[in-house]
Formats: sequence, C-alpha cells, structure tokens
Amino acid sequence: MFAPAPPDKFLPDKFIDWFAARGWQVHPHQSEMLARADDPSLLLIAPTGGGKTLAGFLPTLVDLAEGGHEGLHTLYISPLKALAADIRRNLSTPIADMDLPIRVEDRTGDTPSSRKRRQRADPPHILLTTPESLSLLCSYEDAARTFAGLKRVVVDEIHALADSKRGDQLWLALARLQELCPDMRRVGLSATVEDPAAIAHLLARHPDPCDILYADPGPDPDIAMLQTEEFPPWAGGGGVYAIPAILDEVRRHRITLIFHNTRAQAEIFFHALWLANDEGLPIGIHHGSLDRTQRERVEQAMVEGRLRAVVCTGSLDLGIDWGDVDLVIQVGAPKNVKRLVQRIGRANHRYNAPSKALLVPANRFEVVECVAALEAVKARDLDGEPRGPGPRDVLCQHILATACAGPFHAEALLREVRTAGAYAGLTRAQFDECLDFCATGGYALRAYDRWQRLMQDEAGRWHLRDPRAAQLIRMNLGTIQDTDKLKVRMRHGGGRPLGEVEESFAAQLNKGDTFLIGGRIVRYEGLKDTVVEVTRAAVKKPKVAVFSGTKFATSTQLSHRILRMLQQDSWPELPRHTAEWLSLQRDLSALPQEGRLLIESFPMDGRENLCLYGFAGRNAQQTLGLILTKRMEEMGLDPLGFVSTDYATLIWGLEAVSDPAPLLDRAALHAGLDRWLAGNAVMKRTFRTSANIAQLIQRNAPQARKSGRQATFSSDILYDTLLKYDPDHLLLDITREEAMRGLVDFGRIEELLDRIEGRIDVVRLDRVTPLAAPMFLEVGKVSLDGAGRERLLEEEAARLMAEAGLTR
Amino acid sequence: MKPEMIDKSGEVAEVTGGYSFALAGVALVALASGALWWPDRRVLVVSDLHLGKSERVARLGGAALPPYETIDTLTRLERDIARLAPSRVVCLGDSFDDIAAAHGLPEGVVDWLIRLQAGRDWIWIEGNHDPGPVTLGGAHRAEMALGPLALRHIATPGASGEVSGHYHPKARLASVSRRCFLTDGARLIMPAFGTYTGGLWSHDPVLSSLMAPGALAILTGRVARAIPMPR
Repeated sequence: MFAPAPPDKFLPDKFIDWFAARGWQVHPHQSEMLARADDPSLLLIAPTGGGKTLAGFLPTLVDLAEGGHEGLHTLYISPLKALAADIRRNLSTPIADMDLPIRVEDRTGDTPSSRKRRQRADPPHILLTTPESLSLLCSYEDAARTFAGLKRVVVDEIHALADSKRGDQLWLALARLQELCPDMRRVGLSATVEDPAAIAHLLARHPDPCDILYADPGPDPDIAMLQTEEFPPWAGGGGVYAIPAILDEVRRHRITLIFHNTRAQAEIFFHALWLANDEGLPIGIHHGSLDRTQRERVEQAMVEGRLRAVVCTGSLDLGIDWGDVDLVIQVGAPKNVKRLVQRIGRANHRYNAPSKALLVPANRFEVVECVAALEAVKARDLDGEPRGPGPRDVLCQHILATACAGPFHAEALLREVRTAGAYAGLTRAQFDECLDFCATGGYALRAYDRWQRLMQDEAGRWHLRDPRAAQLIRMNLGTIQDTDKLKVRMRHGGGRPLGEVEESFAAQLNKGDTFLIGGRIVRYEGLKDTVVEVTRAAVKKPKVAVFSGTKFATSTQLSHRILRMLQQDSWPELPRHTAEWLSLQRDLSALPQEGRLLIESFPMDGRENLCLYGFAGRNAQQTLGLILTKRMEEMGLDPLGFVSTDYATLIWGLEAVSDPAPLLDRAALHAGLDRWLAGNAVMKRTFRTSANIAQLIQRNAPQARKSGRQATFSSDILYDTLLKYDPDHLLLDITREEAMRGLVDFGRIEELLDRIEGRIDVVRLDRVTPLAAPMFLEVGKVSLDGAGRERLLEEEAARLMAEAGLTR
Repeated sequence: MKPEMIDKSGEVAEVTGGYSFALAGVALVALASGALWWPDRRVLVVSDLHLGKSERVARLGGAALPPYETIDTLTRLERDIARLAPSRVVCLGDSFDDIAAAHGLPEGVVDWLIRLQAGRDWIWIEGNHDPGPVTLGGAHRAEMALGPLALRHIATPGASGEVSGHYHPKARLASVSRRCFLTDGARLIMPAFGTYTGGLWSHDPVLSSLMAPGALAILTGRVARAIPMPR
C-alpha cells in the first residue's frame, strides 16, 4: 500500500472545484492513480461503487484538460459493449461541466461502419471499445496511423477478462499496440479477486513490474438465506417454490436483481413469477439469448427506475450502474464464492454502504451449498483456480490477424508475443508450429503448397497469399463461442426477433410445440430460411428452450466446505427439512466424506444406476462419467448414458455393476483418459471451439448463408478425420491441452484420487436414495453411442415401424 | 444383426447390415455405408463424393482443412467395391467439389481411381458442382436409364423409378443423427457418400414435398435401419 498523495498536488483547480460542486470527495485511490500516472502499468483493486472507472480516467482527463493533444490519447477496453456506451455517457458529464476539449467515442460491433471507417482515419481522444473491436482495429493496414499518439490504455473489469480467451486475445493485442506506441501506459481496474498478482502479470508488459493499488474494500455485505414458508423441493432447480417470499422482498425494496445460474432457469422462473404477480409489479427479464433491443429496453427501464425487479443471469454481472438496485437475490447455489461476492456488489452502488443480498437454494442439496457459501463470504475466503499459459488457438488467430495488417518477420512477432505475460513462456518450437499451421495447415501430408494461406517473400517476411483472405479472417476474429443459434420471430408480427434458440433445440420441435422465450409462451410454426417462426400460444406447460449458457463448476474450496459440513453429527445451521433429509440419507445409505468415495448402486425404471459422489465439480464429474462409461462399454456392461452435477455422477445402463472399485484404479483412469480422448462429444465440442478460434473453421462468410444447408458440414467430421489420419496435429494437441483445464478438468479427478487414496465405499440398494434422486432431473444428460445404444435404436426403430404399420 | 443373404441369379452376395427394399419393382439394398446395391445387375451406386473439397476451400482463400477427405472417401468406396465386386459403379453427381478439383486431384488419387475402375463399367453422372466432363477414365453422362430405373443427380417432381442424390438427407432417431436414404417406392434419394459433406434434415420442406406419404428413411451407420421418414 502507498500513502495517499494530497489531492491538490496533481489535481488542477478546475477539477477540485468540480468535485466540490458535486459534493464529492476525491477517494484516496483516485488521487493515488493520478500521482502514479506515469507508472508503465498499474492495477487497481476496488469494490463496486468505489469510483473505480473515474480513478482510471482521471489522469487522462487531467492530461487532456489543457488541450493540444493530437489523435488518440486513451484507449478504454471493457468486456461489455453496453459498458463502453455507458462510460461514454458518464464521461460526458465532467467533460461538459468543465468544458474540457476532449472528444470521446465508443466503437463496438454495433457501431455503424461509416463511423468505424472515420474513426480509423480520425480517432477521438478517448476511444471506448471491446477486445474484439481492438483486435479488428489492429488487423488493418493503417493501424499504426490510427493509434499514433496513444498514451494510455485502461482495461476495465479486468478480472472478468483474466479468466477467458477474450483476455488472451487482448493481451496479444496490447503487445501489438505497445510495439506501435512504445510510451503506452497500462492501467487495469479489477473487482476483488483471490490472486491480484496473477492479474498484474497479465496486464503488464512482460517482464515489467506492475504495482497493485487497493481501494478500501468497504463494509461486509449484509447477506443471508431467504426464509420461506414452503420447503425447497427435493430436486430440481429454479426456486419457483420461493416466489411468494421473493415477491415480498421485491415489494420491500426499490429495485431487486434476481440472479439465476442459467438462462433456462431464468425463463421458467420469470414465467412462474409473472403468474403469481397479482398486483402487477413491473418486473423484467434480461439474459444473453434475448434480442438486443429487448435487453436494452429492460436496461433503460431500470436506469429510469420504472422496474421493481429484473430476473437475470450473468448478463448483468458486470459493469453498468443499473439504477438504484438495493437488493440482490441469488436463486440457485452460487457455485463460486468470488463470483457471489462480485454479484452481491451489484446491490447498492454507493461507496461504504453494505450491499444487501439473499440466497435462495433451488433444492435441498443447494441449501447445504448456500450455507457453506455464506460461511465462506463471512470468512472472506475467495476461491479460484490458477490459469495455465496462453492458449495456442488464440495465438494462431493472432498470427492470422497480424498478417492481415501487413507482412511480418517471424522473429519479431515471437519477441512481441512473449511480452504478453500469458505467452512469456512460449517456446520457439511452439510458435513455429502455430505459424506453420497458419501458413500450410501444418499437416503431415503436405497438400497445400500451391494454396498456402501465408507465404514468405524474398526478405523472409510472411504475408497473405490471397488478399481476399483478409476479409474472411477479420470477419472471424474473436474468441466468443456462440453455438449455432437460430433467431425466433413472430410469424405475422414482423419486427425484431424475440431472441435465439439453439439449432439442436429447434431441430427437435414439431409444429404445434410450445416453448418459453423472453417470458412468453410461443407455438412453433416452422422454420423459414434460418428463422424459427412462432405464434402466440396460451398453454400451461411449455417446453423450455435449451440455452448453452456457461455452466460453472462448484469450486474446490466450496466443495470441501460442503463435505466437511456433511460429516457433522447434526446440522443446527440448516433448516430442519434439509437436516432431516441428510439424516435420512445417512440412515438409508451413507453420507459422502472428504477422505472416501461413496458409490451407490440401485435399479430404477428398468435401468441399472451407479451414483458416484466425487464432489469434484461439474466438469470433472462429467469427465469421470465419460471415462467410466468407456470402460463399462469395453466390459460389456452396456451403459446408456450419464449425467453429472457438481457433486456426483449418475450412470445408467442395462447391466448392474457389482464391483465398481477397479473402474477407479488410478492407472486405469489415466489410460481411460488417453483412450477416451479418442472419440467423444466433449472432446469434439472442445475441438470445435479451438478450431473456430484458430480459424480452421470460418463460420462467418461474406455471402449470405446458403439456403440449402447441406453445404456446411459438422466440425465433428474434421475432428474424426484428423484423429484418423493426423493424430499428432497441432489442433488435436491444443484440444487435449484445453480439455485438461476447461471442460475436462482432469486435475480435479487427481485431487479426488489423492483425497480418497483408494478408500471406496460401495452401497447396493433396492431403490434410489435421497441424495441420488435430484440427479434424475438434471439437464445435460449425455447419451452414449455404443452397443447399448444400438440395442435401443433397434427397439425404437421396430416400435416406430410397427406403429406406422410398416412391419416387413 | 445377422448377415443378410441375397441369392440372385445363382450368385451369392453377402451384404452385412444392409436394408432390402423395392423401387419400381427392382430389388435393391441400401448399404450401411451409404452406397446403394442392385444385386441383380451387380450395380453399385454412390452419390455426392465431393472429392477435392479441401483443396477447393484453400484455393478460394479459405482455411486449410485436413486434406484427407478424398483418401477417406475412396477408402470407404474401395471397401464396398472389394466386398461386392460390382460389374458397374455409378457416381450420381457432385463426385468432385468443382471441375478444377477434378482436374487437380493428386496423381496418387488418379491412379487409385484407375485401379478401382479396372474390370468394371464406371459412370460419372454430372452434378451441379461438376457440370461437365472430367478427364478421368469412365463414361460421362448427364443422366442414365438402367432397366426401369432413372439415375440422375437432382430429383425431378413427379418422376418414378428415380434414383437421385444432391440433397444429402439426414434424419434423427432416438436423438442420434445419421445420413439416410429416403424412399417412397417411386423414388429414392441417396445420402452423400463423401466424407466432407453435411446434411439436410428429412423434415425440411424441400424433402417433405418430394417424398410421398408413407416414405421411409433408411439410416446409415453400423447397420442400415429403416424408420418412417421424419417430416
């Protein structure tokens, strides 16, 4: 920590007067940021509402106040387009009040292309943008001219970028910018995190140091579990049971944000809330699959105080000051203490006022998780997993984008890339492999000598063979993965789409099926071109659209807290219904322990079930399911599918598993991981992401989508082909590496094995147990395409033929 | 599933996992591989091979896709040829991803095709991707008649005894998606045989309007399996 500098030393009188006129105090961290404006990099950790953004901009405003700066001065980068627009509005107040000679503009995917072109030739003093738009700017031939004079870059909500490939894309773009503008200073603005030094390492130009400033974290939040008359259900999600109590809270507060973990749950909840909202409280819904204009309408209504509550997802996690929010309700277990703390900060954007939050467990198991999370918040025990080195798929994209801007030398680009902290450890061989991939595809079979993407000129510089490729590469920049989605539109209404559903969901719909979107029930009428056409419907029980919102795994720290709680003799801190449920589980079967693995085996609905309580988090439990079912397939146990939650994996099949312990042998699991890597859906999903980012697959094309969709083929085919003919290819290597950290999370299986050291308890029962029951209602079931599936396909085909009178 | 024994004209062809059906009175077998087998005349029909697709994408400035689809497609075709020893092979159009791809095939692939063609008739029907003669061996036709059957690339409304390709039909059974044949007794639409090909759902209006009520979808995969065509 540093002693606060006296504000008057660096702050011009004009600014001191302006603060005074508004009745504001300059926060110590704001004047500290000003005093250290010349630091090459600086990271500020501040709670929401701490004047963080102003702290980031104050040095810029002061520097520009006297006028005379030519061209771009400060680049502001935020993870949200909406945040960029909001900051532009907020900056306009001090600029207008003090009559500062400063031009501020934003630039996002929504900016009209005429303005974008003008911005490249004549940039404003302050440009507010996103990582994607920045990468695009850097990919133009005139990037050096656009960024001439750039002094500062401010990365807002850097904690949100640090966990994602959007961040990796940004660090590489910053390395590029620094090369163009050697004097550029870097500032990061972050919410409270568990490891600030890791973020500083990403922000700074490697190996420059980066100091960290801490603002006063403010008072502890006022947080509790919502008391309801109705008990939480035995199973399921959504928290619909708590609606009367939640409506009471909404009535008692000005604006309540009601957070859900998934978009589907937000939809179900909103629908149920609407039915129960007898007095017609104005309540909106906001999530990432809704159409942009719908979301903006809700945001505007919040700012204007016309809404009393908004049902939302992570789409409202970041940034903007959404009006007078004075209560946050989290429905469903929070999964991650750090994210919970940041979410709670959305309530009460006033500095030094405690934020108020209520947790609503969706079912009885989540009661336990919520209580564990409350204890962790009180202990300020934040969680997080360290992130590995910068991913190479993002590097491949960066190499292609760099080639779009002009010819480059491999050595110079490698040097530049290594100044990004995330890529500091990149080896020459790794870099060359990525470059070769971009140039030739990097296949064992050299097939593209005539049609290389990148060629070397006599001077040894790399450039695009076909200049037309630049447009295609630019159109596909970015790391955000939208799974294939189709717009949903009212058949006769015209106008804006209602939102989007996944193509796989749309494919299952038959005419007349109903589903929920944007809180409305609609009837599926048909597919027109690539738009799902619907009409209004009045039914009680619609289907729910499947949205692939991110699913977070319960953190290791939180899982351990839960396991320790389960081992208590009694649970006075839990509501009675939950305590009794746990007791019942203990009587009928057993409760999971930190140092042992509990496995239950029981028949249900004509299938044999195996439930493993690993408490390794959703992703690792998923991996466990994949490996074990692969082994069971080999052993002729005909598994049909499995489903995983954060605490257990349930496998069902046609045969009972009498002795599951050998399945969990460490060597067998490792071997299973290698064998299983060969061909499953999660690997294919992981591959698709990396193939999109590395631009092996270019989803966006200049011409409109072709009408006959047989022209495009699935990325799974590319994966299968590579695996068969080129198993050592770079993209398969990247896929394996990605699988280790993201969807696969094998590290946590290792953690589980270390924890149990072979102590496995197998319990055979004649029916489903209290703890296993919720598993059957989980979404995200994985079907296996093995011998068991063939048996079922045969039966299903025979049934359909018989039904249609088509027996042979 | 037991191997199906098809005993015709004194010869025995073993077709594992095929699905037998009739089209315009002709006994045909939809193979699990996606090829069509006419045992009486020993004719093997494949559609939409799209050879040279990856080369075409790269040539046009797109990504360098794994350049193995031609090898993979021909390997599967060779397997069916070796197993059934057809006296005639008909490629039902879009055999090449474009004309330039047909002319740009690597030497090894050309030799391979020549080996496959040895000792049998080989007919290239033209498609919308490869409209025009190719320099490779075999006869080139816009379409052809074989007995009561008409073989062409794109289905024509109202035709009967017609075998065509073009649409790459696919269908779903018990949440598994597979390439499929579509047949209603008067016409057959074949699945794409090429490795780098996508599919069009059988419930797409284009396919639904072509196929008469009561049509079957015969799914490819480990074994060919018929279901009522999903509409």
